[in-house]
Amino acid sequence: MQERNQRLRFEQLILQHLDAAYNLARWLTHNDQDAQDMVQEACLRAFRFFPGFRGGDSRIWLLTIVRNTCYTWLQQRRLDELTTPFDEEIHDIESDTLNPEMLHLRRIDQQKIREGIESLPVEFREVIVLRELEELSYKDISIIIHVPLGTVMSRLARARKQLQRYLADQMNEEGIQ
Amino acid sequence: MNCPETQRLLHAYLDAELDMADTLEIERHLETCTACLETYNDYQAIRTAIKANSLYFQTPETLQKRVRSSIRKANQTTFISRVTSWPGISIAAALIIGVSLALLLAHSIFTPPQDTYLQQAILDGHVRSLMANHLVDVPSSNQHTVKPWFNGKLDFSPPVVDLTSQGFPLVGGRLDYLDNKEVAVIVYKRREHVINLFIWPTTQSASDEMDTTLQGYHMIRWTKAGMTYWAVSDLNQDELRTFIRLVQNSS
Repeated sequence: MQERNQRLRFEQLILQHLDAAYNLARWLTHNDQDAQDMVQEACLRAFRFFPGFRGGDSRIWLLTIVRNTCYTWLQQRRLDELTTPFDEEIHDIESDTLNPEMLHLRRIDQQKIREGIESLPVEFREVIVLRELEELSYKDISIIIHVPLGTVMSRLARARKQLQRYLADQMNEEGIQ
Repeated sequence: MNCPETQRLLHAYLDAELDMADTLEIERHLETCTACLETYNDYQAIRTAIKANSLYFQTPETLQKRVRSSIRKANQTTFISRVTSWPGISIAAALIIGVSLALLLAHSIFTPPQDTYLQQAILDGHVRSLMANHLVDVPSSNQHTVKPWFNGKLDFSPPVVDLTSQGFPLVGGRLDYLDNKEVAVIVYKRREHVINLFIWPTTQSASDEMDTTLQGYHMIRWTKAGMTYWAVSDLNQDELRTFIRLVQNSS
């Protein structure tokens, strides 16, 4: 039956990216239960859209759907991070060399870096996850989060800077120099 | 290359996204500038820490099974499962409705409730065209490029009209898939708003023009000369109506 073949093709082509889908959803929703719900819902939507899938990168295609599903969910829950409008143009990327607080990070432990990423606003968190964990190119990221290429670059820069600040502050508190 | 320029391109350099020329310039600068080099090292340390610290979450073992079985259930598009997706309908009520409808269908009095399902499918098609960076298969503002593109891809030829001078430039065309058939979509723009115009040969007798709003999007349907048209956009209703009048008068 054609429907069964469609389903098998979908499972073969799309479900191989389940790990990537779960990782992204887990970072965007902060917990395992919601992440699983998001992945399930996204896969169902992907399955409905599958007849229209024209080939190309199936991982990017699925991650786009996962990301949008999570954003819809975040909006519905009215979490602060999305009700505060995200200002892309707050200020130019400051020159790091002029920043006297720049501490040089000698030892970065796992707990701190995980907390650091979790504390980022979602627009920063997603580019860090997609770039550093999923190892996607700027181009692929721009497709998934639907912004121009230059915005991907500037968001990553600001995300890393905020992460650096967080880690430096943590070290300050612990009195480590 | 100076420090501000290096700072600006530093992240792209970290991510190997720069071309050869810029890459060499940054490397040259980093050889001579200790401040920028320290910045580079710090960011590189963060990146290394992220990768080294198993921050990639492990998928729970049960998720695969759970997703597969929900896909399998979704694949069983029986009449009953469509009816039960209407809000507030219980299974028992759905069964009663199902049986009654089956009887009515047998007498060809009743039109099956395809419309709600179809409307949602059309809206989904509109929304996903926006989100997955797949708005057009043939990008062209020229109707004489877009219309012939569909030859050999569809068993009908969709009318494509030029409304640029009226403020609705043509963006292009694409194939979409609705209700188990391939349909044509002609894509227009009005300022920043995308208008997707879905077209396919009409399978029913001509119906009245219908205007509806779903999840904030405006949708207008009409039939003309053996074709069903659906215009979908987040553009306001007045301008969308202007658009469809222009289409109706030109084709």
